[in-house]
Amino acid sequence: MTDTIFRPYSESDALRSDRSASDRVRHRQKVREAIRENIADIVAEESIIGQSQDKVIKVPIRGIKEYRFVFGDNSSQVGTGDGDTQPGQVIGQAGDKSGPGGVGGNQPGMDYYETEITLEELSDIMFEDLELPDMERKKLREIPVENARKRKGFRRVGVRVHLDMKRTAISRIKRRIASHATRASSTLQDGEEKRFPFHRDDLNYRRLVTDVRMQSNAVVICIMDTSGSMDTMKKYLARSFFFLLHQFVRTRYSNVEVVFISHHTQAREVSEEEFFTKGDSGGTMISSGYNKALEVIEQRYHPSLWNIYAFHCSDGDNWEQDNAAAMKSASDLCELCNLFGYGEIKPLNSGDYGESMLHLFENLRASNFHALMIENKEDIWPSFKAFLSRERETSVAREPL
Amino acid sequence: MTRSWCMKDLEHWDARIREKVEEFGLTCCSQEFEVCDHEQMLGYMAYHGMPAHYPHWSYGKSYEKLKTLYDYGVSGLPYEMVINANPSLAYLMRGNSLCLQVLTIAHVYGHNDFFHNNFMFRSTRPELTIGNFKLRADRIRSYVENPAIGLNAVEQILDAAHALSMQCRRHSAIRKLSHRDQQKRAEDAALPPHDPFHKIHKTQTCTAPDLKRLPLEPEEDLLLFIAEYNPYLTEWQKDLLHIVHEEAQYFMPQIETKIMNEGWASFWHHRIMNSLDLPEDMHIEFLVHHNQVIRPHQGEINPYHLGFSVWHDILRQYDSPSAAEINHHGTPDKSGLQKIFEVRETDRDSSFLRRFLGEQLMRDLDMFAYQRQQNEYVVTAVADEEHWDNVKNSLLKNVGMAAQPVIRILDADFSLNREMLLEHEHDGRDLHLEYVEKTLAYIYRLWGRKVLLRTMLGGRSRQLTYDEAGFGQDDSHNPSEQAASRT
Repeated sequence: MTDTIFRPYSESDALRSDRSASDRVRHRQKVREAIRENIADIVAEESIIGQSQDKVIKVPIRGIKEYRFVFGDNSSQVGTGDGDTQPGQVIGQAGDKSGPGGVGGNQPGMDYYETEITLEELSDIMFEDLELPDMERKKLREIPVENARKRKGFRRVGVRVHLDMKRTAISRIKRRIASHATRASSTLQDGEEKRFPFHRDDLNYRRLVTDVRMQSNAVVICIMDTSGSMDTMKKYLARSFFFLLHQFVRTRYSNVEVVFISHHTQAREVSEEEFFTKGDSGGTMISSGYNKALEVIEQRYHPSLWNIYAFHCSDGDNWEQDNAAAMKSASDLCELCNLFGYGEIKPLNSGDYGESMLHLFENLRASNFHALMIENKEDIWPSFKAFLSRERETSVAREPL
Repeated sequence: MTRSWCMKDLEHWDARIREKVEEFGLTCCSQEFEVCDHEQMLGYMAYHGMPAHYPHWSYGKSYEKLKTLYDYGVSGLPYEMVINANPSLAYLMRGNSLCLQVLTIAHVYGHNDFFHNNFMFRSTRPELTIGNFKLRADRIRSYVENPAIGLNAVEQILDAAHALSMQCRRHSAIRKLSHRDQQKRAEDAALPPHDPFHKIHKTQTCTAPDLKRLPLEPEEDLLLFIAEYNPYLTEWQKDLLHIVHEEAQYFMPQIETKIMNEGWASFWHHRIMNSLDLPEDMHIEFLVHHNQVIRPHQGEINPYHLGFSVWHDILRQYDSPSAAEINHHGTPDKSGLQKIFEVRETDRDSSFLRRFLGEQLMRDLDMFAYQRQQNEYVVTAVADEEHWDNVKNSLLKNVGMAAQPVIRILDADFSLNREMLLEHEHDGRDLHLEYVEKTLAYIYRLWGRKVLLRTMLGGRSRQLTYDEAGFGQDDSHNPSEQAASRT
C-alpha cells in the first residue's frame, strides 16, 4: 500500500465538468418526443385547460422507461419494522410513490414519473409538428411597435454609462503594443515602464438602436351555445377546443385578444369564467350569437387591423325559424374572419334529438369556413388539425389572387 | 460545532486512520481521494462513479432525477463514493465537516479492503478499471461521431443492450464452457457408461447427440450469445453489446455483495473511529452520523444496517456464543475476528445471509415479508417461530442477482427458422407483463427474428412472443406439440 493521494478541489475543473449536459439534453428530447406521442391524451386532460401561460402542469410520461425483465406484483419483499409488526398489517399503498421499496429495487413503478412543463412549452410541442398553415396576415394588419432598445455594435462616441470598459482596455493594450514595436529603443532605455494613458481613440461605447417590430393582432371569438341542452360534457368538449384555438393563435401573433360570447335566444359578451361555468336555459337562436359577434367586430376589431378567428360550438339544436337568419350571419362572418368554424358537439349516447346544423351549413360555400363534428374527447385533436388544415387550403387557394 | 478543514487536516487524519487500518489487519490497495462539490458528486453518481463513461440519455435522466431529489431535499447525497479500482478512487464532498471527512475516509478503507479481498472481485481487474471505462467511452463516442453510424443508431443498440445487461451468468467462479467444450461434454454424456464386463454383455448402443443444436446447453449470457450468433450484426453493433456486457460484469460483484460490503465498511469505520481518541465534539458528531447511516429504514432493508448487524452477530457467535449455539454447533474453533476475516473473503450476500442471519437476529431486527394485495402492501409473515425461514427465503430472493429473473436461451434455431426460444426459470414470482413486452421487443431488435418466451403467469404456463407483428401471448402451450415441430 503506497501513500494515499489527496487531490484538492479545483474550481476550474468544477466549472468545466458539467459532464452530463449532453445526456440531459438528449433525455429532454426523449421526453418531448414522448409528450408529442401522447399529445391527444394530454390535450384532453381537463386540468390544463384555461390556465395561464406560466402555469406549470404535470404530464405523465410513457416510453422513456428503461425496460428490462423484472418481477411483477406477486413477488414478496422484505423489510424491517419498528418492533411489533403483525401479519396482515398494511404498510403502504400501491402506486404511492413513497411506498416501500425492496433491497434489490426490483420493482418497477418508481420509473413511471411525471415531468413538469409550462403550458407555453407544451403548446410549442403541440404545434411544432403540425404542418402549420402560413397564416394569412395582411400587411395592413401589422402595426410597427417600438418594443425596446437593443444593442447593435460599438461606436467611438457616446455617454459614459454605455462605455464598454473591457473593449476600451483592450484597444489601449493593442495601441501600446503597436507603438512599442515601432519605437522600442527610445522608450525602453531607462528600463522604467512609462505611463501610457488612455486616448480618445481607445474609447468604445455600446451602440443601442431601437428595435422596431411588426406587431400583428389577432382576436379569437369564442361563441358558445349555453342553452339548456348544453350539458357539462358538451361544454367541456367545447372548452377544450377553444383552448387549443387560443393557444394556437397565441403562437402565431404577438397580440392576441379573446372575446367570449354566450348565447341562447339572446347573446351576451361575458367573462371567461362566466363563459365556461354559467349555464342558461331555454331555446337556441344561433343567429343571435353571430350577430353579437358581428357587432363586436364592428365596434372593436376592424378587419383591416385584426386577424379574426371565430369559432362556434353548439349541439346543433337550433330553433328552426332561425336557420335562414343564422345562415346569413354566418356568411357575413366568413367575409370578415380569417377563419370561421362551427363545431357540433354530440357526445356519444347523448340521444339523437334535435337536428343538425351540419346539414344546413353544407350549403355555406365559403373557403374559410369549416364545420366539424365532435363526439368524444379523442376527437378534439384530430378535428382541430382538420380545422387548421382548412386554413392552409384557404391560403393556398387565395394565393393566385 | 463543525470545524473548518484544509487538505493538511485530511492528510493528518488519513495517516492516523491508516495506522489503525494496519493495526486491525485490513489489507488495502493504495487509495486516492478527490475532493469535489455537490454538482460533481451528482455527476459521478449518475455515471456509476466513473471519471470517464460513455454517453447515453439514461445517465442524463438519472442525473436529473438525483438532482431533483437533492434540490427538493427528498434525499441527501452520500457522504462518500468509492469505486473498485487499483488505486481505489473515492470522492469526498467539499461541504462536509471535518468529522464527516474522517468518518468517510475510515469507511472508504473498509470498502477498499473488501474490494481487495472478497472472491467476487478477483476477476474484475481493478488496475484496468478506469482505463477500460475510458477506452469504451472513446469507442462509443467514435461510433456516435461516425457519420455512417450516428447517435440514433448507437442509441437503438444501447437501449436494447441495457435492457438485457443483467441477463448473464451469476456464477463467475465457475468457468464458462466454450461451445467446443459443450460439444465434448455432450459427446461424453452420450457414450455408454464404462462397463468392466463388456465382453459378456450385449454391446450398448449409443445415440449420437445433436451437436448442431444451438445452444447445446441453456445459455444465460444473452448479450454475448446474440453478439456471437447473429450474423447480421455489424462489428460496431457487436462491440456495443460487448461493452454493455463487460460493464455489467464489472458491477455484478458489487450488486452481489452490497449488504456485506456496506456492513463491512460500517463495521470498520465504527471500530477505527472509536480507537482514534477523537476530541469530544468530533466524537459526538461521529456518533450522530454513524447512527444516521446504520439506522433501520422503516419497511425496507437498509444494507448498512443489516450488514452491520450481521457482522456484529458473527463476532458475537464466535466470541461469546450462547449455550444453545454451543449445543448446536459445538464450541467455536476460531475467534470472531478470524471468522469475519474469513467470511469477507469467501461469501457473497446470498451465502452470507443464508449462513449467518439467524432466527434470533431476524426477530431482533423485526424483519417481515410483505406482498402487494390489490392496492396495498400487506405484511404476509413476520419472523416468528413458524415463519422466520419464510421471511428469510423471501429476503434471499431479493438480494444481489437473485432479484433479477433468470432467463435462458433454449434454442436459437427454433422451428428451424432462426427464431429464438427463451425460458424463464419460474421460482414463484411472475414477470411484469408490460416490462416483458418491451424487453422482448428489444431482443427482437437485436436478434432480428421472432422471439418466444416461456413463462408462468398466474399459475398457468404461457408462451409470449414478439415478432414483426408485435407482441402476442398464447395461453397454455403444449410442450409435446412444440417438440414435434422441431423434428
